[in-house]
Amino acid sequence: MRLSVYRTAANQLRTTRILNTKTESPTVKTFTFKDKMCAKAKPGQFLMLWIPGVDEIPLSILDANGNGIVSVVVKKVGEATRALHNKKRGEIVGLRGPFGNSFTLKEGKILMVGGGTGTAPLLFLAKKVASKAAKLVFVIGAKTKEELLFIDKLEEVCGKRDLVATTEDGSYGIKCLATTPLESLLAKEKFDMIYTCGPEQMMRKVLDLAEIYGIALEASLERLMRCAIGLCGSCVVGKYRVCRDGPVFTASQLREVKKEFGVSKLDFNGKRIPL
Amino acid sequence: MAGLGLANPTILASGILGYSAETLESIVEGGAGAVVTKSVGLKPRSGYANPTIVQTSCGLINAMGLPNPGIDEFVKEIREAKAVLDVPLIVSVYGFSAEENAKVSKKAVDSGADAIELNVSCPHVKETGSEIGQNPKILAEVVGKVKAAVDKPVFVKLSPNVTSIVEIAEAAVKAGADAVTAINTIKAMAIDTEATMPILSNKTGGLSGPAIKPIGIRCVYEVYEQVKVPIIGCGGIANWRDAVEFLLAGASAVQIGTALALKGPSIFKAVIRGIDVYLKRNNFRSVNEIVGLSHRS
Repeated sequence: MRLSVYRTAANQLRTTRILNTKTESPTVKTFTFKDKMCAKAKPGQFLMLWIPGVDEIPLSILDANGNGIVSVVVKKVGEATRALHNKKRGEIVGLRGPFGNSFTLKEGKILMVGGGTGTAPLLFLAKKVASKAAKLVFVIGAKTKEELLFIDKLEEVCGKRDLVATTEDGSYGIKCLATTPLESLLAKEKFDMIYTCGPEQMMRKVLDLAEIYGIALEASLERLMRCAIGLCGSCVVGKYRVCRDGPVFTASQLREVKKEFGVSKLDFNGKRIPL
Repeated sequence: MAGLGLANPTILASGILGYSAETLESIVEGGAGAVVTKSVGLKPRSGYANPTIVQTSCGLINAMGLPNPGIDEFVKEIREAKAVLDVPLIVSVYGFSAEENAKVSKKAVDSGADAIELNVSCPHVKETGSEIGQNPKILAEVVGKVKAAVDKPVFVKLSPNVTSIVEIAEAAVKAGADAVTAINTIKAMAIDTEATMPILSNKTGGLSGPAIKPIGIRCVYEVYEQVKVPIIGCGGIANWRDAVEFLLAGASAVQIGTALALKGPSIFKAVIRGIDVYLKRNNFRSVNEIVGLSHRS
């Protein structure tokens, strides 16, 4: 008799010690852990990180390699992330996951659009697709130069010429939103695939452009998460559960939920509120 | 069952994906004969901090803390759900007093609920849930007030965290309950050995899943012997055989929740198909013929 029909090994909480931390910007740190399960994650998947006694939060995976190491990027935004930022190497945290689907790996001409910490899963993806892609252009956006993440690594992966950096205050790259350079890029070149992750209003704009130019798109969404296994309904967008049916959605799926995508989300009460 | 007219005996259990009309719709597409919403109260509640769920070797423990937008907001979803669903919509209601339960139930019914299921058995929120459902006197008052406020069937979801579930079921029925649901989750806890602390932020929660099925079966069996209203069986159902076991124990219908985590909404179709094959194979003409059948000996 199978005692537990739904039991997935990934959902079992594992405690592990922080292997390393690295400061990426004044508000962003990278954390590395040893975890066999999460080290098998694919680009786009996320994990749930337990900060004992504080909270458990969803984080997208920055890197996962064969030797059992996984890393995540954490921006200081609230109580939980602040508590995590204060943690040092060797301290205990809990992990569940990896959860959710992943980006499909495409060849051909690829365009990536990343905003803020949304750059993390795209960098992971870029490393996987770069060698086979006919072309890989990465547009990265942030408010300021300080908040532009992983510029060096992205330059290594895409080459300097194909990395377009934008900042809202003009402190680095072009002074504009990440979506601004897209029109000319899309008008100039026929891309086969757009991958995007970042603020949802940005991704909504990217989707609108992808539709105008008739290009396939995948976007990774973020929502309030509780169970992470498709039961509690906290993360639903339209008929989709971000934790289970996503977090990566195709353009046609996003069209189905246009009323909500880039517009609204559920708050802690399960009430729909503007993004 | 209890005047609801179910097309099949499978129902979505409360607490699972029940925030919005659209998710309920996808559950019905999966085959559910009726759906129960997440529990809704008079005022909005944000629930507990994470972790709100933890997996054990034999089930899930959750302490969501009844997050809900409050009935005044939720009536929009009830109306929308009523417009799109072709199966009965059961609204799960909780309250901190009999008056609150009655008020919320009335608003739910006024906006289209086909039935009310009183959550008097949530094991992890103080002064409501099982704190009502563990006391026959308080429970009777709540059921009585709700019955007086609405003209739709009222179900009472029973807590297994009691000495005698039969005594509680009898009190509910005497006060007017049209059906009882057995069982809600069982109060439980998990401690992490490395962090050396309880994992759930609320420390305790409710255990669901395969571990609690035998307890659910026993509860339904005992209640069936003493109570005349229909029983809705719930607790750890993951396949048709589990469902049939509940029917044989005395349930007229079953609710499925936790098993959706692995199998998704199509679990309802799989269970219904399995029940049908079982009935045919054993020459039963309908589900009704096997309800409580295990009591004949």
